[in-house]
Amino acid sequence: MATVSVQDADYDTAAEIAAMTAGRTDVGAVVTFSGLCRDDGGTLDALEIEHYPGMAEDEILRVCAEAEARWPLQGCRVIHRHGAIRPGDNIVLVVTASAHRVAAFAAADFLMDYLKSEAPFWKRNRRRADAPGDGGWVSPKASDEAALDRWR
Amino acid sequence: MKALYFAWVRERIGIAEEELSPPAGVATLADLMAWLAARGENYAHAFENPQVIRTALDRVHAKHDAPFAGAREVAFFPPMTGG
Repeated sequence: MATVSVQDADYDTAAEIAAMTAGRTDVGAVVTFSGLCRDDGGTLDALEIEHYPGMAEDEILRVCAEAEARWPLQGCRVIHRHGAIRPGDNIVLVVTASAHRVAAFAAADFLMDYLKSEAPFWKRNRRRADAPGDGGWVSPKASDEAALDRWR
Repeated sequence: MKALYFAWVRERIGIAEEELSPPAGVATLADLMAWLAARGENYAHAFENPQVIRTALDRVHAKHDAPFAGAREVAFFPPMTGG
């Protein structure tokens, strides 16, 4: 059963791994993916992440349930932050556990591909005052949609 | 029925949520967007390319040809950019 959090607070990746494996001797592989805010060559002041409360959690849980149906997972944890995120800060964490690494890697990859396209979050770039351009809402990339084809 | 707007859909309309009472004959989400677009310049701007707008009924993704009868909450938003 997956655990999902949508929060403005930061998280501790090591603590999340420890919580998933505590008291267990059957886990053979833990994979984590961390999504960080990059500064786009020093032009970004912050990413502002808006979300649909309630639906964001529900959609991530639904994607986790799909991953659990596809691979033999022993744990599945997703944390997605919202609000103003500064360059270098964490945005999203995916942790998957399985007896073997192939399932854990594949499930984490699948989760990130589907989170990007189906979880109701929207990013806006807030540019530094001395940077050209005025930022604005981030557009989805064609490659994000193409990534989903790998799983169909 | 409560309507929620997110990201640039919210910004173009100028409000985050409102109560909607569409007339009889407005049955699907596509109908609802066409009806909303005729309410004013701000709505027309938000729904100028309805094919790019994503829709949800009671917090579940729904296609534009879905009827909304019985739903308590409808949401309109741009393609998602999480992760």
